[in-house]
Amino acid sequence: MRFVPHTEEERREMLRVIGVERIEDLFADVPEAYRFPPLNLPEPLTELEIRWELEALAEANIHTGQYACFLGAGAYRHFIPAVIDELLRRGEFYTAYTPYQPEVSQGTLQAMFEFQSMICALTGMEVANASHYDGSSALAEAVLMALRLTRGERPKVLMFPTIHPEYRAVVHTYVQHLDVRLEGESGWTLHQLRQPLLLLEELEAHLDAETAALVIPYPDFLGRVLPPSRLRETADRVHQAGALLIAVVNPIALALFEPPGNWGADIVVGEGQPLGIPLSFGGPYLGIMATRMAFVRQLPGRIVGETVDLEGRRGYVLTLSTREQHIRREKATSNITTNVGLMALAAAIYLSVMGRHGLRQVASLCYHKAHYLAERIASLSGYEVWREHPFFHEFVVRTPRPVAEINRILYEGYQILGGYDLGQADPELAGHMLLCATEMNTREELDALVEALGEIGPAREG
Amino acid sequence: MPEPLIFEYSVPGRRGVEMPEPDVPEAPFPEGFLREDLPLPEVSEVDVVRHFLRLSQMNYGVDKGFYPLGSCTMKYNPKINEEMARLPGFAQLHPYQDPETVQGALALMYHLQEFLKEIGGFAAVSLQPAAGSQGELAGILMIRAYHRDRGEGKKRIKMLIPDSAHGTNPASSAMAGLRVVNIPSDRRGNIDLEALRRECDETVAGLMITNPNTLGLFDENLMEAIELVHRCGGLIYGDGANMNALMGICKPGEMGFDVMHYNLHKTFSTPHGGGGPGAGPVGASERLAPYLPGPIVAIDRERTVRPDEPVYTLVWPERSIGRVRAFHGHFGVFVRAYTYIRMHGPRLREVSEAAVLNANYLLARLRGIYPVPYDRLCKHEFVIMGKVPGTPVRALDISKRLMDYGFHPPTNYFPLIVPEALMIEPTETESKATLDAFAEAMRRIAEEARSDPQRVQQAPHTTPVRRLDEARAARQLILRYVPTSEPRPTLAQA
Amino acid sequence: MNIPPDLRYTESDEWVRLEGEEAVCGVTDYAQSQLSDVVYVELPEVGRTFQKGEVFGAIESVKAAADLYMPMSGTITVVNTDLVQNPEWVNQDPYGRAWLIRFRPSNPAEYETLMDAEAYRAHCEARAH
Repeated sequence: MRFVPHTEEERREMLRVIGVERIEDLFADVPEAYRFPPLNLPEPLTELEIRWELEALAEANIHTGQYACFLGAGAYRHFIPAVIDELLRRGEFYTAYTPYQPEVSQGTLQAMFEFQSMICALTGMEVANASHYDGSSALAEAVLMALRLTRGERPKVLMFPTIHPEYRAVVHTYVQHLDVRLEGESGWTLHQLRQPLLLLEELEAHLDAETAALVIPYPDFLGRVLPPSRLRETADRVHQAGALLIAVVNPIALALFEPPGNWGADIVVGEGQPLGIPLSFGGPYLGIMATRMAFVRQLPGRIVGETVDLEGRRGYVLTLSTREQHIRREKATSNITTNVGLMALAAAIYLSVMGRHGLRQVASLCYHKAHYLAERIASLSGYEVWREHPFFHEFVVRTPRPVAEINRILYEGYQILGGYDLGQADPELAGHMLLCATEMNTREELDALVEALGEIGPAREG
Repeated sequence: MPEPLIFEYSVPGRRGVEMPEPDVPEAPFPEGFLREDLPLPEVSEVDVVRHFLRLSQMNYGVDKGFYPLGSCTMKYNPKINEEMARLPGFAQLHPYQDPETVQGALALMYHLQEFLKEIGGFAAVSLQPAAGSQGELAGILMIRAYHRDRGEGKKRIKMLIPDSAHGTNPASSAMAGLRVVNIPSDRRGNIDLEALRRECDETVAGLMITNPNTLGLFDENLMEAIELVHRCGGLIYGDGANMNALMGICKPGEMGFDVMHYNLHKTFSTPHGGGGPGAGPVGASERLAPYLPGPIVAIDRERTVRPDEPVYTLVWPERSIGRVRAFHGHFGVFVRAYTYIRMHGPRLREVSEAAVLNANYLLARLRGIYPVPYDRLCKHEFVIMGKVPGTPVRALDISKRLMDYGFHPPTNYFPLIVPEALMIEPTETESKATLDAFAEAMRRIAEEARSDPQRVQQAPHTTPVRRLDEARAARQLILRYVPTSEPRPTLAQA
Repeated sequence: MNIPPDLRYTESDEWVRLEGEEAVCGVTDYAQSQLSDVVYVELPEVGRTFQKGEVFGAIESVKAAADLYMPMSGTITVVNTDLVQNPEWVNQDPYGRAWLIRFRPSNPAEYETLMDAEAYRAHCEARAH
């Protein structure tokens, strides 16, 4: 057997030491009627054969390295420096588990401490955990955290309607059997959805003594960034109502824009995938979660802290473990145990090697390219671009034909993976496409998309 | 010499990666939106490589040696898995691409669902959950939804959980709004049937079973426990953390489990990554299949023209509990697990047999050196007591001393029902020679406990740091780097 | 194990001393030794009222956490805020500096239902086996 090292002779010797004759004897306690069922699986392949099979499966896909890609919507194609994967493939990192034994896990622990520090620097918050599964589950946990921090006495959570639709769906899943009402997220007209400041006012008007939290996206799902000065007022109103402000962020955008810690957010969550993690068809990604020190005991997930060893040397350990399931069981802050440590390591390496200068460059490139693309598309007849609010690297385009149809023509005829069809997120947004540009899109690609969209134009009669 | 923090290497103006100049006209930034400072490190690429490489050298991983961490299945992670997950045709797919452009990826997910169904004996599988504990939460939400649809949602609010269970079981139940009722274990380490019978009434939502349990024992009361709970209208949740003992040995779905999560990072050889990513797919029986979290992959019957060229699509189970995460789950982990399963096929049974052989062999070697609280045939792992009679040495000391012998310690102080527990899971990928060496180290530690207990109590002596002051960490709570005025170390000093 | 004779005790290892109209409560030497290094104490707000047996706070070490149970019904009048900064006092001086709360009992007769030192010692010894 490929990864079982025993020779027949060793196996016999081991059985002898155990005191049984045959390996089957080790399973005498399994009810006979169910013991040794057939396993109807395809016959085993050698390493060479599985390589052939998987290469064929991989080649059956069109990937973003082959076609120009303008999809974003929560998963972003960014430049990944070579050092990241080189270091991630150190067996000491990726074949270790959760650092329960700190003396032989200082590498993971220190890297997580550095990751926590960098997330605090990016978000402007005081404490971050060592990661959550992804942005959506981090948001669900942030909502549960806000419910605990308001002692379960406030059953209402206000959700901004242009939070990523799948994030909202995950929050619904998590709270479906709890006494919680999610409000504010649906029922808006296209006209209203186009005016984020109006939406903000509407949501603020619903703050009351029942409200545990208001959740604000930054940037929102449609790419728009709300003014930090305005959000400072929102934070004041939220706090006056005795509620908490939760921000859902894109970490690359935070290299440019005022971080949520500066405008009064209490909990910050987000998707860390843009920080050096491949698209990989949606996962594994990286949930980011940060808060104020005053709330640290309600923060779920692993947290690394600094201490000293017997000889006074600096070292790192998992700390505040009494929040966690293995000690508190049903009273724990969350059920989470395995998180996405290796992805957090990737982000820590990415943020180190990009540094304050490189990350700003990436964010600026995204911003400039997206704005160039938006401006050019706006000049095409039949297309309308939402440009009245500041946006980061994504924007909305009303298209002259159904989005799915345009996307099909783009990939079949132009080798372009077009934008996200917003009709999937909200029927009000049907006929609108969400386009994203990053530092990976060259000017030639941007121009090619504009040209293609111009050629596609409105559907012709006949 | 401890490795400085990456922040401590930072020098203003130093650059790592440089990006190209913009090839488009620059757009003005909106006023009043921009941040002033971005306090990230400023280091060179060489600084970064040396820093993280040195950090890696302070870690212990399966690639370095024996890692018998109970309930975690630290088996060897085949290197082919890593290469396959990095194929551009997988790693560079955007999750929102048109299904027509990602047929290979969907095919892989479809077949992985089918393989897991076959291995666990379930009617359907969803790959969505990001880890075992999220799979648990999904499974419990499915149980709740099932009762709700039968008009019993408000009534069935009690989840029965054996006292040997992982802490995630009660934590997940509480997150789903259920009340947790502890069921004790009997003297043979099985579920106490009398205690279970007393709790079986019309308020039971379900029973969560880990089998083999965390003592490494196949529960001898399993079939009766399942029947008791089913008879009172409850459902059975299976914690699949210990599936490495059961592949081709028995199928939980056939034995009456209604829903179970798999840990791809335990049973199916995907690396643990220093704490994830894992993946926790959920399998369900016929009656719970409609509630699975979505989306899942199916064959698109309408668009499939030839049966040997199926067209795959994402669909929603009809009464799904919803999404548990954005996008389609930990796809990169699926590629690795798929690779592993395809390399074994029906011979996965031999994997489980070898895992159980190794555990029983090591148990036989350690019996007589350390007390064994539940001494019978074990499955893939077993629990001993980390005590040496007549000495002050405890399980923690033994664990730490093992590091000096070059081994990773077992899980300690779990399960909670065994004092000074050491939970040992060797896995099938370890050779007899490795097991013998570990047993020998354990024997020598027991000897040392008698001859030089202080040496054991002060272990480890050879690791990058010695025992760490965890109380201090919890009291002072230094949880991030804060710049100090002290001079920064240079690479030359480090 | 230190079990002062002049105090009363609960099964959950709190101690109580009556002082005029008020009562003082902390955790016992046995409790602190079981928990090992205490790193955190969570105390209630002054003015809150609890029934006997209700959870009024929590105490945590590195590897364990225990809820604190009200030994008698009453209203909190003072909490030991110094303890929040100095949780190690619970290990050093559980009956002195590490008192947790003062409260005004609403039913002073409940005092008589608590264990005396002798009964509590037996309770501790029974658990040691």
